[in-house]
Amino acid sequence: MTYNKRSDGRKFDELRPIKAEVGVIPRAEGSARFQIGKTVAVAAVYGPRPLFPKFLKNNERGVLRCYYNMLSFSGSGERVRPGPSRRSKEIGLVTEKALAPALDLTAFPGSTIDVFIELVQTDAGTRCAGITAAAMALADAGFPMKDLVSAIAVGRIDDKIVIDVDKSEEDYEGGMADISIAMMPRTGQVTMLQMDGYLKRDELREVLKTAQKACAEIYKNQKEAFEARYTK
Amino acid sequence: MNAVIKSHVISLLEKNIRYDKRKFDQFRPIEIEYGISSKSAEGSARVKIGETEVVAGIKMELGTPYPDQPDKGTIVANVELLPLSSPEFETGPPGIESIELARSVVDRGIRESNAIDFKKLCIKKGEKMWITYIDGYSINDAGNLADAIGLAALAALKDAKFPKYDEKTEKIDYEEKTKKKLELKELPIPITVIKIRDKFIIDPLLEEEECAEARLTVTTIENGDIVALQKGGEAPLTEEEIEKMVDLSLEKGKEIRKLLK
Repeated sequence: MTYNKRSDGRKFDELRPIKAEVGVIPRAEGSARFQIGKTVAVAAVYGPRPLFPKFLKNNERGVLRCYYNMLSFSGSGERVRPGPSRRSKEIGLVTEKALAPALDLTAFPGSTIDVFIELVQTDAGTRCAGITAAAMALADAGFPMKDLVSAIAVGRIDDKIVIDVDKSEEDYEGGMADISIAMMPRTGQVTMLQMDGYLKRDELREVLKTAQKACAEIYKNQKEAFEARYTK
Repeated sequence: MNAVIKSHVISLLEKNIRYDKRKFDQFRPIEIEYGISSKSAEGSARVKIGETEVVAGIKMELGTPYPDQPDKGTIVANVELLPLSSPEFETGPPGIESIELARSVVDRGIRESNAIDFKKLCIKKGEKMWITYIDGYSINDAGNLADAIGLAALAALKDAKFPKYDEKTEKIDYEEKTKKKLELKELPIPITVIKIRDKFIIDPLLEEEECAEARLTVTTIENGDIVALQKGGEAPLTEEEIEKMVDLSLEKGKEIRKLLK
């Protein structure tokens, strides 16, 4: 099988239009909005602040807590029931793991840094948009970071490796793999790697190379958002 | 909140000056943006009042009419004060503050003013109805979330179009939106007035909300009738004070209603 044309006419290695903005929630220590195509993620950071209940505390290092949530009207199809789901909890967890390597949590023993990610509208790639927004929010809050974190969903659809999968591609009924990747773009170190689907060993290399290119592009947009906010 | 700021807010008010120098009956600038989630929601809107930001969205689903109203559909209002929007809000199921907002600011005004004809939400008597979910969320709390969420809910309803309903399969095709609008016969605008000492102010900042002894949210419609009331805060109100607060809401409601037209 050959996948010849993407449903929205994009090139196989083309990202959807990106809009990145920081400082969108004045009440938070740091915040960001990241839009890729029709997927819109907003992230806010609070802390470092005291962590309760006490047994969750770690006196050696701070705790990073990430909460991922879809607003009830943001899904395709029926209303998303409010409250955490198994899916949203798992995404919260992988988001923590994706962001933590960029931070120095030993600087905040006994405290928590809370990151809240809300999806206002979704068209696939939501965890990646959330992580990308959250990394910007952390930097906006002024945390010293080794690097930003940029994330992208790469797909394998039939014989093609495609970048920034949208919902219609995610639902593709032929051969498909959906790979979510987060990396620290300067070093290329991967901080999140998840896959649903079916992939050949050799295709993985191409997936990672493709993700690296896409993250470089996203990184550029992230940095531009900071320039727009803080230098102009 | 800092006790110094609190006493500053009050001592300024005693000289008839507000913390941010606004007039007592003056709103901060209001921005309304429609269709912020048009791919997924049937209707959606963002409202900003100064630095306060909220969003609201409409989802429509199928349900069975209630036995006592077999020829009517219904609405379900929900508000969440997101921990993203303020260090004061916590994760977890909606607290009492969110529930009060959902019921008193969103649901009651729309329901009691008959803004939506529930009969038009009935698909088949006793068997099938539309349930219209109205969900409001705080994005940044800089005071007066109540009026912002009330306004956003109305704007989202105004933006809403029915999804395609297939009579044969009795299912909704959410990918296909029809041109049929959710008709709003009234625009019930909730306006909150707060009382600090002997002063009455609208569109309070967080700093002012902290000092509020009492508040009254009054929802009014175009002809000047009242469709919902909710008193909050510790202090009691006299009849005179209530009249004053209602008149202030009514007057501001007229102004704000124009923004939705």
